[in-house]
Amino acid sequence: MKIHGFGIVRGLWVTFKHFVTTYIEDVRRGPRFYKTPAGIEQRRRADATGIFTVQYPEEKLPVPEEFRYLPFLVYDENPDGSRAVRCTACGICSKVCPPQCIAIVRSSDPATGKSVAAPAEFYIDVDICMNCGFCAEFCPFDAIRMDHDYEVASVDRLAHHIFDLNRLLKSAAYYARIRPTNAAREDEARAAKAAAKKPTPETAA
Amino acid sequence: MSERLDQSIPDLVTRFPEWVRLDERAGYAGFVVAADHLITVAWALRDEFGYDYLSSITAVDYLPEDCLEVVYHLYRSIGGGALVLKVRTGRAQSRVPSLVHLYPGAELQEREVWDLLGVHFSGHPDLRRILTWEGFAGHPLRKDWREPFFEEEVKPYKSRWPEGQPRRIEDQNPYQNNLAYPAGFDAESWTPDGDEALYSTLTRGTGQNGLRTDQMIVNLGPQHPSTHGVFRIVALLDGETVVDLKPVMGYLHRNHEKIGERNTFLQNMPFTDRLDYINSMSNNFGYALTVERLLGIRPTERAEYLRVIMAELTRVLNHLFAVGFLLNDLGAFFTPMIYVIEERELILDIFEAVSGSRMMCNYFRFGGVSRDLPAGIEQKIRDLVFDRLPRKIEELDAYLTGNEIVRARCEGVGVLTAAQAVALSTSGPVLRASGIPYDIRRADPYSIYDRFDFDVCVRYHGDIYDRYLIRLEEARQSLRILAQALKDLPEGPILAGKPQHTVRVPAGEAYGRVEGPKGELGYYVVSNGKANPWRYHVRAPSFINLTALAEMSRGGKIADVVTILGSIDIVLGEIDR
Repeated sequence: MKIHGFGIVRGLWVTFKHFVTTYIEDVRRGPRFYKTPAGIEQRRRADATGIFTVQYPEEKLPVPEEFRYLPFLVYDENPDGSRAVRCTACGICSKVCPPQCIAIVRSSDPATGKSVAAPAEFYIDVDICMNCGFCAEFCPFDAIRMDHDYEVASVDRLAHHIFDLNRLLKSAAYYARIRPTNAAREDEARAAKAAAKKPTPETAA
Repeated sequence: MSERLDQSIPDLVTRFPEWVRLDERAGYAGFVVAADHLITVAWALRDEFGYDYLSSITAVDYLPEDCLEVVYHLYRSIGGGALVLKVRTGRAQSRVPSLVHLYPGAELQEREVWDLLGVHFSGHPDLRRILTWEGFAGHPLRKDWREPFFEEEVKPYKSRWPEGQPRRIEDQNPYQNNLAYPAGFDAESWTPDGDEALYSTLTRGTGQNGLRTDQMIVNLGPQHPSTHGVFRIVALLDGETVVDLKPVMGYLHRNHEKIGERNTFLQNMPFTDRLDYINSMSNNFGYALTVERLLGIRPTERAEYLRVIMAELTRVLNHLFAVGFLLNDLGAFFTPMIYVIEERELILDIFEAVSGSRMMCNYFRFGGVSRDLPAGIEQKIRDLVFDRLPRKIEELDAYLTGNEIVRARCEGVGVLTAAQAVALSTSGPVLRASGIPYDIRRADPYSIYDRFDFDVCVRYHGDIYDRYLIRLEEARQSLRILAQALKDLPEGPILAGKPQHTVRVPAGEAYGRVEGPKGELGYYVVSNGKANPWRYHVRAPSFINLTALAEMSRGGKIADVVTILGSIDIVLGEIDR
């Protein structure tokens, strides 16, 4: 093979175009290209040219609604301000968990000793959790869901990495904020189920 | 197994009435061959019946019956279904003749079966452990072998629910209490074996041009930036020329298959993501296909299309990524890589929006997929498939294909002939670059690939340059499939039946394979009717493609070994499993 160098020059032309485009795009888009949600969105569109990277942590990519990181437990707020934990300690999440990172202790009534459909303790070992989302997918009570908060680094693994009930509980309002369409769909389904169960005035009469 | 396949299977029982009988257990297929006559039968299969491609070798420990069963899956390289051979042998004294001399591609796989299940292959030239280390006690995939942090035979573990103990496994079973030493072993006086056993398996040459030259052994890796992970190459060099070479792997071994046998069927799905972590969607595909075969169900129409869309997007991103890495290995440090990573990020954005995770997608379920496309994502996929990706692939082509340095380093280097490629059981782009037009999507179609119009890419030089060109061309063909799938994508349910976390799988065996971006990705699953698979084996394409590494490298320069490895396109998560 004779080496004329045309192929190399052609390749360098591609690199040169990439290099120049970044400056052209910067000038064309102005300062709003950086550190604004619109600028970040522009940089990840299918027609994006120029700078492609995002300067984390000053800029953060928005996560899509389905994004899953660690699981959390949802509670509803009662009118009096107390928490109604949705979890019934049925154990499906714990059983379906591939790395077996969920441990649940069931509550019992102190007077009768009978078990109550609520967790006394709930632990997730987040070192083992593989973020697969099965617990949320198969929970029949919409009680365990996957969180969007991915900045969970801590300095002491042994002290902080088994999340307890206190750390896991988050409000239904928070859930509706991070996953609006999912939450709305599930609320609707739950309301329909409750309506089907409750006897209507006509049937009661 | 499909009907189409049964028609083409030769009648081995009539041919060898004394040695071969049909496997008549319910849910099983294939032939059981007497161990002593395996070589004769395999010889006839290869040379008379055209089964020239030994795809997979694995074994199953049937502990209740006190026997080990070695399972061979053979194919014709012109296409068609599998011929399954089984050889039974005792657990205490296991002895099966090695097929390495008939099918050189058996080399690494037989070593793996020896290592993990303890089947002794007589006649194997180099039967050493491969994934575990030399001093390992026992064979971990035997059913009576237990890992150091053993808790229960199968998941779910009772300690989590109903007992609810939030203890770390290392507190329950602390280090030094989780070890078992062989009888008479004294750790103080023991010195580990060196690498002499490994080095002695290298074939020394006779020197060049009649000169008596000194040959030396060079270790590349396990910590080396161009081995794509913790992978080691032991090369015997004469000057700069490679005389012989051995790949050494297992540094990332976690016994994926043992974990898979502790898991329930569904729990394996997210673990398959972690095999070839570039292509989690294709890994899901193969596993879902295999278990669906056992269950006897079909996914819904929309799910089939979504699966194909995700699998083909995966292929595009993998091939772009492989080209980027190849250029890294050639010394074009990271500029081409960064350009292709832009496209990969955009594809991963789609995976993240659809499945919730960029790389560990866990998207497929038995009978469908886990989620439908969220609003706006279909348009994003269209923008990529119809506008951006074709443009970027052509840009990459203009950028690299004509580059004289790329051509000088790649053309005629690392050549694998067609005969060698088939004999060494290579698959995927490596096989097709050597002139064998074998693509499982056409040769043994699965899912709905028979509905799409696309070409099987093939090139004939078998060198690094052809493997590079094949990848570019396959990315283009994937875009063709994507365009058709997007056009025909039907509305409808995405899952057949209700979502189930505990599937009851009828007893039997199934081997499902897909054309993964790196080659033939196969899963061999045996169910005994319980909630957990009795045997779960992965036929990892980049592991088996490495069998050909020595053949491609011999006679070349040591600097080219790095490029040849890059052209095979390996992922250590899949090799070491």
